[in-house]
Amino acid sequence: MTTTEASPVHDVDFKLELYRSQVALRRFETRAYDLFLENYVKGTSHLSIGQEAIAAGVAAAMRPDDWTFATYRGHAHTLARGVAMTPVFAELMGRANGLMAGKGGSMHLTSVEHGVMGSYAIIGAHLPIACGAAWSAQYRGTDQVAVVFFGDGTVNIGAFHEALNFAAIWKLPVVFICENNLYMEYTRTSEVTAVARPAADRAAAYGLEPILVDGNDADAVYEVARTAVERARAGMGPSLIEAETYRHGGHSRADPGKYRPDEEVALWKSAERDPVSRYRTRLVELGVDESTLARIEADVDAEVEAATEAAKAGAAPGEDLLMKDVWANGGAEWRN
Amino acid sequence: MAELTYREAIARGIAQEMRRDESVLFLGEDVGAAGGVFKGTVGLFEEFGPVRVRDTPISEQAILGAAMGAAMTGLRPIAEIMFADFFAVCWDIVANEIAKSRYMTNGQMSFPLVIRSGNGGGLRFGAQHSQSVENWAMMIPGLKVVVPSNPRDVVGLMAAAVRDDDPVIFLESKALYPTKGEVPEGEIVDALGTATVLRHGADATIATLGLMVPRALAAAEELAAGGIDCTVVDVRSLIPLDTQTILRETSATGRLFTVEENPRVLGWGAEVASIVAEEAFFDLDGPVVRITTPHIPLPAADTLEDMALPSVERIVTTIHKAMNS
Repeated sequence: MTTTEASPVHDVDFKLELYRSQVALRRFETRAYDLFLENYVKGTSHLSIGQEAIAAGVAAAMRPDDWTFATYRGHAHTLARGVAMTPVFAELMGRANGLMAGKGGSMHLTSVEHGVMGSYAIIGAHLPIACGAAWSAQYRGTDQVAVVFFGDGTVNIGAFHEALNFAAIWKLPVVFICENNLYMEYTRTSEVTAVARPAADRAAAYGLEPILVDGNDADAVYEVARTAVERARAGMGPSLIEAETYRHGGHSRADPGKYRPDEEVALWKSAERDPVSRYRTRLVELGVDESTLARIEADVDAEVEAATEAAKAGAAPGEDLLMKDVWANGGAEWRN
Repeated sequence: MAELTYREAIARGIAQEMRRDESVLFLGEDVGAAGGVFKGTVGLFEEFGPVRVRDTPISEQAILGAAMGAAMTGLRPIAEIMFADFFAVCWDIVANEIAKSRYMTNGQMSFPLVIRSGNGGGLRFGAQHSQSVENWAMMIPGLKVVVPSNPRDVVGLMAAAVRDDDPVIFLESKALYPTKGEVPEGEIVDALGTATVLRHGADATIATLGLMVPRALAAAEELAAGGIDCTVVDVRSLIPLDTQTILRETSATGRLFTVEENPRVLGWGAEVASIVAEEAFFDLDGPVVRITTPHIPLPAADTLEDMALPSVERIVTTIHKAMNS
């Protein structure tokens, strides 16, 4: 499979945008963590710190009308599609100005107008759902593509296998992206998975090529995603991509991640492995001015700051929302 | 007016909607050229072709996930889950995803889909192919649930379900597939949430559903011969529930009996009894009595299954005893 046009990945402006996106995801998540500690954010949350290159790189390969299906670790994937920070912060805080007015929370971020067709908190559930959206595109002839993100733990649940087989036999325009961060929740994935490469080693079972990519290299992620998305758009069926990465923190808010060796964490957090630092270094090596990068970072910081304040200023959702939108008529009546 | 079987009415109902609306697609196991394992969809594949009538692998999560994804992007899929018992292997998609996503997203998405499934006992299939699961679906906020009892209602409720913008669980009583009934020519479209009164009587009201409807009607005939004249309400739609019809007909006779195929505990009749107790208590002349399958897995042997499901005889005996105590 060759791409139809020269890749823009060598273009510096494109790279700067990809850098900006990763910085935004990093700083959003860092602030989200702080807001937890300050008790502005309740419940749980699952951060993508350390995994930003995947959400950013894939989003750059998608058309605005393509669809993202994310997991409960979905802040980054939502923002990467162009959703503003304020409604996402506000959703985390349970405010009426949240992306879903506080009715979904951290694990269910959805913005249909941005093609973010939901974040799903039951492992594997969204893989078949993404197949359904892809089927719809195929039937309607719209050449839209569904991209579905999931973790390494997902490869051991039934829905993964049902969805992969289904997408393969119907040749659906869906791109499956396994973010292999080496741990399924608190357990090392290799201890509970029959194959070394949780997704790539299973590709053959569905007649697919194994695709492995360095998930901490946004350019590499972009390139494989671009190929897979174009393939899907051209009617050539699904792809399964395994992107190796690492979450800097624990699985969720409650998890300090102590089950991981210190040296392993240090390695993945190092400037050589961390996707944001790495990308910055690459840009400097390409001759981008330090001041240009500093300006991007300052802009993102200002955006995070303003979004935090705007989110905090939101009201608590009112009682009017409680009984709203169970049904398409806007209501919740189940009897006369 | 044509006489159709309940199974023929399913294909008629689906075809009526597929002819009208190209966004209606149909998928499931063996539903295509095979025409469905219960032969409920014979002719659809021939008329609408393999793009709109699609066979799937034995992958219930994939089937319902596909329906959900298609519905959220503008189609109106009808998905078949062959036996309602199989909801147990894809309940996440039904209960966690389809039912809740509209609410969780603050109304950003709609799920205009129908999941039809062969429900209930009477065919000696044993405990994993005979369950009556309407109450599973009924207790999940965000799902609509209908159970037609006759061929005409199959067509009318199928149309209503397909045209509704919310997910509808459409449960077909498997034991009714060979039964016949008159179905008017032309388009039939019912409204969800409407019960029908099939028989009027002065002494007691029976609220019932699906396979139990013909049994309740037969029981009402026997009871009438013995001097107890019953109203029979076919509930048809559990969510939305037509409580006004049930309350009105209960108040008119002063007695309510529910006849339910589901196992006893938290069957739909429990909710009905609770509503009547709260809202029509002072119109009652005696306790609400529920006639159900006992709280057991359904046995396979014909003699045992017949003992378990409410029979005409048990309905007659129970109502007779209650009315004369």
